[in-house]
Amino acid sequence: MCTETIDKIIDHHHGEASRLNQVLLDIQKEFNWLPQPALLRISERLEVPLALIQHIATFYKAFSLVPKGRHRVHVCVGTACHVRGAPRILDAVSEQTGIGPGETDLELKYSLETVSCLGCCALGPVVEIDGKTHGKVTTATTADILEQYD
Amino acid sequence: MPLLKTPAELETFRSELAARRDPETPCISICAGTGCLAYGAAELITAFREELKKQGLDAEVDTRGTGCHGFCERGPVVVIHPGETCYLGVKTDDVPEIVSTTIGEKKIVDRLVYQDPATGESAVREEEIGFYKHQQRHLLANNTRIDSKSIDDYIAIGGYSALCKALTGMSDVEVLEEVKKANLRGRGGGGFPAGRKWEGSRNAPEKTKYVIINADEGDPGAFMDRTLLEGNPHSILEGLIIGGYAIGANQGYIYVRQEYPLAVANFNRALEQAEEFGFLGENILGSGFDFTVDVHKGAGAFVCGESTALMTALEGRVGEPRPKYVRSNIKGLYNRPTVLNNVETWANVPLIINNGADWFTSFGTEGSKGTKIFSLVGKIANTGLVEVPMGITLRDIIFKIGGGIPDGKQFKAVQTGGPSGGCLPENMLDLEVGFDELTEAGSMMGSGGMIVMDEDTCMVDVARYFIHFLTDESCGKCVPCREGLRQIDRILTDITEGRGTEADIATLEELSELAMEASLCALGKSAPNPLLSTLQYFREEYEAHIRDKRCPALSCKELISFHIDPAKCQACLICMRKCPVDAIDGGKNRIHVILQDKCTNCGTCFDVCPKKFSAVVKLSGEPVPEPIPEEERVIVRKKKKKP
Amino acid sequence: MSEKVTLQIDGKTVEAEAGMTVLEAARAAGIDIPTLCHHEKLEPLGGCRLCMVELDYGDWQRHVVSCVFTVEEGLVVNTRTEKVDRMRKGILELLMAHAPDAPQLDALATEYGANPRRFPQDASFCIHCGLCVRYCAEVKRKHVVGFIDRGIRKEISFIPEIAAKECNDCKECFPLCPTSYLQAAFVLVESLAFPRGE
Repeated sequence: MCTETIDKIIDHHHGEASRLNQVLLDIQKEFNWLPQPALLRISERLEVPLALIQHIATFYKAFSLVPKGRHRVHVCVGTACHVRGAPRILDAVSEQTGIGPGETDLELKYSLETVSCLGCCALGPVVEIDGKTHGKVTTATTADILEQYD
Repeated sequence: MPLLKTPAELETFRSELAARRDPETPCISICAGTGCLAYGAAELITAFREELKKQGLDAEVDTRGTGCHGFCERGPVVVIHPGETCYLGVKTDDVPEIVSTTIGEKKIVDRLVYQDPATGESAVREEEIGFYKHQQRHLLANNTRIDSKSIDDYIAIGGYSALCKALTGMSDVEVLEEVKKANLRGRGGGGFPAGRKWEGSRNAPEKTKYVIINADEGDPGAFMDRTLLEGNPHSILEGLIIGGYAIGANQGYIYVRQEYPLAVANFNRALEQAEEFGFLGENILGSGFDFTVDVHKGAGAFVCGESTALMTALEGRVGEPRPKYVRSNIKGLYNRPTVLNNVETWANVPLIINNGADWFTSFGTEGSKGTKIFSLVGKIANTGLVEVPMGITLRDIIFKIGGGIPDGKQFKAVQTGGPSGGCLPENMLDLEVGFDELTEAGSMMGSGGMIVMDEDTCMVDVARYFIHFLTDESCGKCVPCREGLRQIDRILTDITEGRGTEADIATLEELSELAMEASLCALGKSAPNPLLSTLQYFREEYEAHIRDKRCPALSCKELISFHIDPAKCQACLICMRKCPVDAIDGGKNRIHVILQDKCTNCGTCFDVCPKKFSAVVKLSGEPVPEPIPEEERVIVRKKKKKP
Repeated sequence: MSEKVTLQIDGKTVEAEAGMTVLEAARAAGIDIPTLCHHEKLEPLGGCRLCMVELDYGDWQRHVVSCVFTVEEGLVVNTRTEKVDRMRKGILELLMAHAPDAPQLDALATEYGANPRRFPQDASFCIHCGLCVRYCAEVKRKHVVGFIDRGIRKEISFIPEIAAKECNDCKECFPLCPTSYLQAAFVLVESLAFPRGE
C-alpha cells in the first residue's frame, strides 16, 4: 500500500479534519476501495479516531471497504425510472450478473449498485455502466448490454 | 484573463466583448447537458466542428456546447442562431445536411423541426414550440445562450452586473431588503422566506458567518439543480456572493453531490475563472468586500440534503441531523450563523437585484412569487425541465407543456415534492401551483420533482417505493424514523405481495402519526406524506390489495399473472424465444401457453408481443383460465385463393 | 450563570437555572420523565424520543424532546398527555421488537400499556441508545466502540485491536446497556477477532 499516494492526497486537503470526507473520496477514486492501512494513516495524520472514520466509511454509499469490480453497473431506481419499470430491469440485471445491489462478484468483474436519479429521466429506464448511459432498457435487452463488457 | 478591479473595468470588458461579438454571426448551439450527452451530444459537437471545417465555414460560424435546454425527451437539441431555428433528435448523420442547408442556404431541414402531434403544425423557432411557449424561462433561458465553460459568455449576457450593483451601488441592508421585498421563498423544499433567513443571520451577534449552497439534490426524479450547476454555474456563484455581502459572511461553501461529476467540474472551473477575474478574493470590484468559496462533495447520502446534516457533513463527520431548537441561521456550521439555501434559490438572487423585487413579485400567487423549475418526468410525452410562473395549474403543466400521457393512457396521479410530498389525483389538476396551495392539498412543492403517473401505476407501490427509499436513507438516529419506517416498509411490502391484513391500514396510520410528530428531522417527519396522500385519494387500491389480493393497476408482481389470450395469439414464436426461463409452451402455428408454475412474472412476453396482436394480458385477483385443449391450439392459416 | 428561569411543569411552578434543559429542570423538581438515551455525563442525543413533552402556548401546542430543549421563561410543560403517552407507547413497541425482555423497557411498557410483541421480532437486540459509543468517546475518549452504517443497518462495532488493549481494565460502559447487547457484542469480538498472543 503506497503511503506516499495517501499522504499526497491528505496534503492536498491540508490535513484538515473537516476535509475527512473529501480525503476518503479521493482515496476511493484512486484505489477503487478504502484499504484498512489507508484508514489507519488518515486516522494518524488527521487526528481523527478510527471508529469515526469507520462510521463515515460505512455511512456513505460512495465508499467501499472491499475492492470493487472492473465494471460498475448502476441501475437507476429513481421515481421516473421506477414508474417506467426499473424494478424488473434490476431483477434482470441481478439475475444475469449473479449479484444483488451493493455486491461485487467473485471474479471482481461487476459491481452492481442502485442509484436514485442520474438526471436522464427522458431515457428511463436507465442503466449506466462505467459511466456510459444505456437508455430505454427493457428486460429483453439487458443481456445484450451486459455482453458488451468483459 | 484580466483582473477586474472596479465596476468601470468590468463594464469596459463587457463592452469590448460585445464589440467583438456580432449578433449576426451564425452560431450552432448544441445542448451538452447530461441528458443530451447520454444521447451522444459530445460526438455531435465534434461532428459539427469537423463538418464546418470541411465546408470551409469554421472561421465564420461558432459552435457552442451549452447547458440543458430542458426538452430532454427530444434530445439532442440543436439551436441555430440567429433565427433560433430549433432541431430535435439530431444525429451525427444529420450534420452535413444541417450545415449545408441551414448555415449555407439559410433554409430549414423540415424533418428535424418540431411537429405538434395533435395539429401536425411545425414550429421552427424554439419559442414557438408548445413545450416552451407556455413556460417563463428566466433562469433556464441563459442555459441555451452560453457555453457553460466560458465566463466570457456569461459576462457578455450581463453576468456579474448584479454583483457589481449590489457591492458598489447598494448597501448590505438594501440588498437584504430587496430580497425580503421579493418574498423569495426557498426552492429546495422548505419554502422558507429567504429574506427572513438572511435577516436572522445578519442580526446574529457572532462575527464569523457562512453562506452555503445546498447542491445535494437527492429527490429521485429531480434534476433541476444539476442543470443549473452544469449549464450556468456563474449565476449561482454570483447569487452566493451577493448573499454573503448581505449578511456579512466572507466564507461560502457548496455541498454538491459527487454523483454529478459534470456539475462539480463546471462549478470548480467557474470558481477558478471567478478568482482570476477578481469576482472572488479580496476587495471584490473595489468594494472592500472579501469572499472565498470551498467545495465539498457529497458521498452518497440523501439525508445530507437536510440542513443540519449537511452542516455536520461539512465539518467532516457523518451526516446525521442534530436535534436543534435554535435555527441554524443563528447557530449553524461550527455553531455560527449560517444561511443555507438551495441552488435555484441562489440563482434567483442576481435576477432580483438586476430587475428589482417589484418585477419578481409581478408574477406568481399571493404567497408564492417568481418562477419555479420542475422536472417533469414519468408517464409524460414531453419529459424535461420546465420553468413556469407560480400559479400555473397542474393541468397546464402536464397537458399544455408536457403534452399529456403517451400511448393513449389515462392520467392517474401527479407526485410532487419527492419522498416528502404527496400524490394528487385527477380532480386536483386545476390546482394552482404554489407552496401553500400544494401543502394544503396534501402534497408539497419540494425541490421541483413532478412525476406523472398513469393507469398502469399502482399507488400502493408508489407509497412503498418512497418509504423503502427513505428507510434506506434514514440516518438511524431516532426511533420513529428508523424503526417506524422499517415497520411501514414491511407492512406495505406485505400488502403489495398479497399478505395484507385488515388491521394494516390502522397500523400504518398510527406509525405515520408517530413519525410525523416525533421524528428528529424533516426526513422522518415528512416520510409518511406519500403514504397518507395515497390513502386519502386512492384508498380503494389499498383495500383491493388487502381484501381481494388484487392490484387494480395490474402492476404488483406477486399479485398478477400473465396469460396469452388464445383468441389473439398468432404463434409468432417471439415471446417463446425471449422468455428467460423457458416458461412458454408452443410452436410454429401452435398457440402459445404460459406455464404458470415456471413463470417468474418478469413481463418480457408482455413487452415483446407485437402490438398488432397484443395477445399477452395481465390478470389480477382472478384465476388464470385453463389452457385450451391441444386440438384447438393448432392455427390453420387460410390460404389465399389464387385469382 | 445563576440567572433564574421560572416555568410550569405539570402544573407545578419550577425555578430553574438559565441554560438547563427541560429534562434537567423537571428532574431537579422531582418530576420524572422517562429516558433511554440520556446520561448526565454525555451530550444529549435526542435519539430515543421517549422524553418528548408537550409545550402549551395556549391556542397551539408543540412537542419537543426535553433532553435538548432549553428552559424559557414562562414555558408551560406537560409531561403526560394523551398524545405524549401515545408517542411513548409507540416508541416502546417499536423498540421491543428488538428487546422484548429488557427490564427497563418492560417496566416502561407496563406503565404505558405497550405490547412487547406487537411487531415481529428482529434478530438484533440493540436499541441504538448509543450510550456505549458516546461514553467511550466523550468520557473515556478511547473510541473503542463505534457505530457503523446507517438506518436499519446501523450497528455498534468494536475495534478489536484497541478493545484488546483497553476493555478488560475498563468495562465502564457495560452497566449502561439497557439490553445487554453490548456485553454480547464484546464477547463475540473477544472470541473471534482479538489479536492472538496479546
